[in-house]
Amino acid sequence: MSEGSSALLAVRNLKKYFPLKRTSLRQKEQLYVRANDGISLDIKEGETFGLVGESGCGKSTFGRVLLQLYPQTEGETIYYGRRPEEFQPEYRKKAPSNEPGIDLTQLKPKEMRLLRRDLQLIFQDPYSSLNPRMTVGQIIGEGVLAHGMFTRRDPGFSEYIVAIMEQCGLSPYMFHRYPHQFSGGQRQRIGIARSLAVKPRFVVCDEAVSALDVSIQSQILNLLMDLKQEQKLTYLFISHDLSVVKYISDRIGVMYLGSLVELAASKDLFQEPLHPYTEALLSAIPTTDPQNNRKVILLEGDIPSPVRPPLGCKFHTRCPYATDICKTDPPEFVEAKPGHYSACHHIDRVGEKTRRVS
Amino acid sequence: MSLLELVDLHTYFRTKRGVVKAVNGVSYRVEAGKTLGVVGESGSGKSVSAMSILRLLDGNGYIHSGKILFEGRDLTKIPMNEMYAIRGNEISVIFQEPMTSLNPVFTIQRQLQEVYRTHQRVSKKAAEEKAVQSLQDVRIPNPETVLRQYPHQLSGGMRQRIMIAMALACEPRVLIADEPTTALDVTIQAQILNLMRDLQTQRGTAILFITHDLGVIREMADSVAVMYCGEVVEMAPVAKIFGDRVISHPYTEGLLESIPRLDTEPGVRLEAIPGSVPHPLNLPKGCKFAPRCKFATPFCREQEPALEEVAPAHSIRCLYPDTEKRRKEIET
Repeated sequence: MSEGSSALLAVRNLKKYFPLKRTSLRQKEQLYVRANDGISLDIKEGETFGLVGESGCGKSTFGRVLLQLYPQTEGETIYYGRRPEEFQPEYRKKAPSNEPGIDLTQLKPKEMRLLRRDLQLIFQDPYSSLNPRMTVGQIIGEGVLAHGMFTRRDPGFSEYIVAIMEQCGLSPYMFHRYPHQFSGGQRQRIGIARSLAVKPRFVVCDEAVSALDVSIQSQILNLLMDLKQEQKLTYLFISHDLSVVKYISDRIGVMYLGSLVELAASKDLFQEPLHPYTEALLSAIPTTDPQNNRKVILLEGDIPSPVRPPLGCKFHTRCPYATDICKTDPPEFVEAKPGHYSACHHIDRVGEKTRRVS
Repeated sequence: MSLLELVDLHTYFRTKRGVVKAVNGVSYRVEAGKTLGVVGESGSGKSVSAMSILRLLDGNGYIHSGKILFEGRDLTKIPMNEMYAIRGNEISVIFQEPMTSLNPVFTIQRQLQEVYRTHQRVSKKAAEEKAVQSLQDVRIPNPETVLRQYPHQLSGGMRQRIMIAMALACEPRVLIADEPTTALDVTIQAQILNLMRDLQTQRGTAILFITHDLGVIREMADSVAVMYCGEVVEMAPVAKIFGDRVISHPYTEGLLESIPRLDTEPGVRLEAIPGSVPHPLNLPKGCKFAPRCKFATPFCREQEPALEEVAPAHSIRCLYPDTEKRRKEIET
């Protein structure tokens, strides 16, 4: 994963387990919801990395663990956005190394706080993520003040907020209004403006357009693309809508039950999926294209419980290609084609079920 | 004669700040064994028009005028006790949210049996057998176990299947599906759509399918009504809406262009419709879409266009329904 531009974030074997309450006193074993179970990937500087999967597959958890909003159970998350010379966290003073990145998992909360300026999040629900008792100006300005970019009395402060608002398609007269006076699309713009006001380098868009109507959704997508170009942002774009993810992303990772099952450049993934789950997902998207008459692969049943995921390949219970080996041996995440990774025992057979009809 | 027909329906809501005309002169037909898709953004009146059929309106909502003809009978005129006989038996609804439409304190068994007990007045024993059968019909594996469970023990897809089982319990002639798959994942959505299609062919049910997802409409519907601000702006067979679009409403065109398709090249800007839906108490004069329409002329802002038949079975509410002419018009 080293061609092209350098990595901004490197995730190695990231795990996030949520402990479950013991249901009885006699229960000895501690059970966990394995929301993220060993994810490794690089997010390159300036790219949009798309993350797709069904609800409950752990994609939102991943976005939050990456920003250390949930403590990470295991693994490393290395951020290359700051040089060690300018940002010297305590753990590195204790054990100096030449590693150019900063391991976010080892930072003290105070240190992480300084880095939050670089790492921002846009939430899914524009209704519950804005404080109803703050005006738009206060909402957008809060982070700016907290990070000391301006003080409240600075003459340039409100001008700066207004400039950010205009960039995000909000008019200056909205400065003193409250969130309830806005429509869903405009609220999402406020959320975006809040994230971008602190001049971040990396933004996690967690289902940022899913709650919006299609005509508004396209406005927001265009805005996100424009802002990315102007400010050289890097996005992690989490969504369950594959057509949106394909449109906005450079590379896409497909998640199933807490693990990454496929990772490829956006175009390759859609042209030639190398994992049966991706193949089924792609076939199930309803399209408006009248020429499209592909066969739909109907997956049986629901996503299994992440408390006790199936042994072997986690997808074998619903996979149309599953054989005996899938039930016992977990497949490795290998580079099947240049830049195209997949975790499947039957990579060469994937595509048979949909290819026949075209 | 169509099975179900809405004729110039007006449904209004009284609010503190005035009367909201949520449905403002809507006419559409649902034929036996066919699916009519109703699309539109939130607030376009698509759900209200369908809920008016069974009078499932909030306390401040009322049908102002118009007819709802079900097999020739006007449903707006019948007394409430006759309406109870129609609900569930003749026309039934699948609601959007499978999470909130099931009662959390009763088992699935109790809720399913209730349908049979109230609508068909059968014995408890018979209701039990029917409940098992109905779960098998919606392809729920081991129905006996599921019947004893509570809604929170089931996944979203399973709950939606139970909602469908309930809606189809009394073999209704018309099924109103209000965003039945919006809350579901694509793989589960594909299962549910497939199931609805199969049940429709088996039983010849007419479906009124309400959604904002144009992709789902293309897969499910035979004909489509596009709604905007309480009015139907375009009505056509499904092939015409998604086909070459020689004639189409600018709103439909905008909707189709604003969704990224799988063949959209990355980096190409989406043709977004500017602005947002006007406030229902403050609707623009003339064509309601004019403020957001890139083809709008001074005429559009003055004169409200009528829904006119521009081709057989294809009607459009626009002064310039021809896409080519419209494009040339703005160039000059």
